[in-house]
Amino acid sequence: MICGSARDIVEQASVPRFLFTDFPLGNPMGKPYDEDMQRAITNMGLDLLEDARFPRTTVQTPFSWGDDAWRSSFMRVDDSNRELLRRAGEIRKKQQARRKAEGRVRAE
Amino acid sequence: MSDQERVVADSAYRAFVSYIDKSREFYDAQQYERPYRWARHDESPFTPLAKPLSESRIGLVTTAVNLDLPDDTDTEKLPVASTFAAPVEPVPERLFTQSRSWDKEATHTNDLDSFFPIHHLQAAVEAGRVGSISERFYGIPTEYSQRRTNDADAPKLLELIREDGVEVALLVPL
Repeated sequence: MICGSARDIVEQASVPRFLFTDFPLGNPMGKPYDEDMQRAITNMGLDLLEDARFPRTTVQTPFSWGDDAWRSSFMRVDDSNRELLRRAGEIRKKQQARRKAEGRVRAE
Repeated sequence: MSDQERVVADSAYRAFVSYIDKSREFYDAQQYERPYRWARHDESPFTPLAKPLSESRIGLVTTAVNLDLPDDTDTEKLPVASTFAAPVEPVPERLFTQSRSWDKEATHTNDLDSFFPIHHLQAAVEAGRVGSISERFYGIPTEYSQRRTNDADAPKLLELIREDGVEVALLVPL
């Protein structure tokens, strides 16, 4: 079973059981320090393990993050950062080349 | 309100985020030459529980790294990622997550149980809901190469969890 927050990636990969929480990436088991929420999500996951009968079963937890700003902010591309991202890409290419030269990439 | 915010607020558009679309546009802006081809399968394996969950051993799998490092660690200096198993006891105080692509503006991962629910699983065992937790937890790299995932990391993970008699695997990716 997978517990996660990237619904399209996980469902496209096709998994047996998926507990989806519609939160920003990083806290699929519940908001930090919200023990009641985390306990509820864990128990929903255990329910899904017991109750699912077919592959590609997705259950969405009922929790809301509280605001929607993260939906548009994460990985946003607009006129305010387009040039910055282009330059970051150039830096990344140099880092990758250096990493490869140092042998710090996983063998194929 | 920006165009993107307007779309998010408009119920004529899908509510949940498409990370496939977002990451394609984001990496295109960074001059990646080809869009990433995400794993896609027409079928999925499915195995019903062989015995009640209350008699089963559960193993917890994370994409975090089993290193206690400060958040500002230069991720370029990290060792090359690999699949691993590490003792559940004592529970690690923290796991290193900064090299993973979670939303670092909207939230944090300072609370282990928000992405690594070990304490809640332990409580489920104490309550008799789950039979036991594996003595080790498991980590698997976030890997762009699906070939490496299929041919190296997944078989290694399967080997590790079978060594420990795990009957149910719970993967919580960041």
